[in-house]
Amino acid sequence: MSWTRKVLRVNLTEGTCTPEPLNMEWAHDYLGQRGLATKYLVEETDPKVDPLSPGNKMIMATGPLTGTMASTGGRYSVITKGPLTGAIACSNSGGFIGNEFKNAGWDMIIFEGKSPKPVYLYIENDLTELRPADHLWGKSAWEADEMLHKDHQDPNLKIAVVGRPAEAGCLFAAIVNDLHRAAGRSGVGTVMASKNLKAVAVRGTLGIAAPENPDAFFEAVADGKEVLAENAVTGEGLPTYGTQVLMNVINSVGGLPAHNMRDVGFDKAENISGEAMHEPRASDGKPNLTTNGACFGCTIACGRISTIDKTHFSIKDQADKPQYQGASGGLEYEAAWSLGADTGVDDLDALTYVNFLCNEDAIDPITLGCTIAAAMELFEDGKITLEDTGGIDLRFGNAKALVEVIELTISGEGFGADIGQGSKRLCEKYGDPDLSMSVKGLEFPAYDPRGIQGIGLNYATSNRGACHVRGYTIASEVLGIPVKTDQNDAEGKPELVKAFQDATALVDSAGICLFTTFAWGMDNIAPQIDAACEGDWSVDKCLEAGERIWNMERMYNNAAGFTSDDDTLPKRLLKEAVKSGPTKGNVSRLGEMLPKYYEIRGWSDKGIPSSETISRLGL
Amino acid sequence: MQKSLHLDPAKCTGCLQCEMACSYEKLGEFNPSRSLIKVFTFHEEGRFSPYTCTQCDEAWCMRTCPVDAITMDLTTGAMVVSENKCVGCKVCTIACPFGTINYVQETGKVAKCDLCGGDPECAKACPTEAIVFIDSNATGYDRMKAFAEKSLPSANAS
Repeated sequence: MSWTRKVLRVNLTEGTCTPEPLNMEWAHDYLGQRGLATKYLVEETDPKVDPLSPGNKMIMATGPLTGTMASTGGRYSVITKGPLTGAIACSNSGGFIGNEFKNAGWDMIIFEGKSPKPVYLYIENDLTELRPADHLWGKSAWEADEMLHKDHQDPNLKIAVVGRPAEAGCLFAAIVNDLHRAAGRSGVGTVMASKNLKAVAVRGTLGIAAPENPDAFFEAVADGKEVLAENAVTGEGLPTYGTQVLMNVINSVGGLPAHNMRDVGFDKAENISGEAMHEPRASDGKPNLTTNGACFGCTIACGRISTIDKTHFSIKDQADKPQYQGASGGLEYEAAWSLGADTGVDDLDALTYVNFLCNEDAIDPITLGCTIAAAMELFEDGKITLEDTGGIDLRFGNAKALVEVIELTISGEGFGADIGQGSKRLCEKYGDPDLSMSVKGLEFPAYDPRGIQGIGLNYATSNRGACHVRGYTIASEVLGIPVKTDQNDAEGKPELVKAFQDATALVDSAGICLFTTFAWGMDNIAPQIDAACEGDWSVDKCLEAGERIWNMERMYNNAAGFTSDDDTLPKRLLKEAVKSGPTKGNVSRLGEMLPKYYEIRGWSDKGIPSSETISRLGL
Repeated sequence: MQKSLHLDPAKCTGCLQCEMACSYEKLGEFNPSRSLIKVFTFHEEGRFSPYTCTQCDEAWCMRTCPVDAITMDLTTGAMVVSENKCVGCKVCTIACPFGTINYVQETGKVAKCDLCGGDPECAKACPTEAIVFIDSNATGYDRMKAFAEKSLPSANAS
């Protein structure tokens, strides 16, 4: 049956936890996780609500395949209105807590209101209660995690928790689960802390009932696993190098932005690549990478588990802090790029250390790295001074400055408070708004829209701002999945972007990981959902649901006040040509792609879904 | 030929497909908390380690059971708990030096790995061959082979 058909509604103002049945009519149209929780949010909240007010809601949601043997079936998402962007926020995480929610009997948890005092939600199957969290407030995510495990004397407790930056109002705070997995972007952790909710601790032992059609399910699941194992990316590239397999690849095709996107191409990319993580270091002969690790149910196992060189400046004087001395979740491509290439820092151990800090205190490394990169450019331009930074010499490439400014951002002190507001507000404050490399207030990930055209259109139109995991056209434009398109072509890209965005919306609603789509098409995914769930989940129905979800999110953003004027890119990417490398001379040709995109979406030239589109999708 | 489960932590990624497969075989549901094979995560070491019953010939659990609820399956070599006979006294859970037989409060009985009657689901579900089901007389052969390999001229070249 795959859905537990139960929702837990937590009213933080009243301090109540109330079970209610899942709206199955909506489940048939929006599947689960991203789609279904967004439907609840749309129905229950005003799109114009202040994201950090009690009127905003936050939903933690699993998909129907979460907790099943479908490969990667362990995902959960956090859906809310994001404080960094003011747009719909939906952040997806792996690890193990998604399965735990399901095994405790809950498809989703809706948080509403605001607790008068810090609390955490404790769930042990049907036992659900808000408990005081005064002792956890002011602690890092890792420390709070450890304290909860000790308090409950339960090593199997799964915990999602916010860190100190969320409490201090950093607008891009994440929610970390299982120590190093995160619902990372858009500031979902800031929303959680604004409700005085420090953590969710869950233990589930009820079991998830057999799929709707077991024989068909196990056949489709086995087929899917075989496809993943035999695919070069999911069977070999990702387990060996993780997402960091991309660093050298994207750099070599002229798609790697650097120095706050002033440049395309980073001459030291190799030093911070997946390959570099395998190289033995001088001090102890061990590589940065300890092993690869999987999230729940994942047969790809792309996760990096790494250590920092004990002689490195970042931790050599921190022998009393065991959390930095052992292995933990290591660098993924996006963090290595934003904290590294975009800031010009090529010190692998420094990047591993600050990545640990991002996990320890639950902040989004992409927005963090990009905001520091913007600050570095402003510093070099003389608009941010040593006085502003409190004496930190914030030039590109300065690893020590990177570490210092991140430690400040976590404590929320001094210049760290400015960084904590994200690049848009930082660049406005220091007088050069055009230097914020963001769309709708969300900073770019690690692919340059001048070097790779389709991804630029995806960034401009993505419902949560500049985001690669809303429509990962890199798969086609660079890696040739499912078919190779020319990264320099604008033609055909609107169709490509729409197809990727719609398919992704469905994958994010199913409980599985987007990385499966390096190998899986909808013809691999739909049969798994169809066998697991009641109702018809053919390929066509799945794609239609994906399109429905995309349009629902768009309509929420439009109602929140966004217009077609927000479907754009920073001037730099539209006007300043790439200076060197394979994509030299290119700018983003967004203007050529956007009208066609609106047209094939069935939207007006102002980006508003037409009444035919709305009725076709049953919205 | 009897076969044994052969576990290699170095190959384990901690995905828990084995735990889901085990619980589905035994209970008809996905419930890792009731799995009879367990994967332990040693976070700071970066290590995942699957562990389950080794099926001792002179099994402490079997010897100590006061109601003879644990018997050897002569075909597979597995020590099998009879749910009809087990009274839930838990003495076997104290006797087992490895901790691989445990009380289950939901049933009031003990539970342990029975090799799924000779075709263990965990091994089939493992994507990395960290769990394999091989000839009981040859569980050391992969390590032997690794040492044997050291005698190759190519191994001494550098």
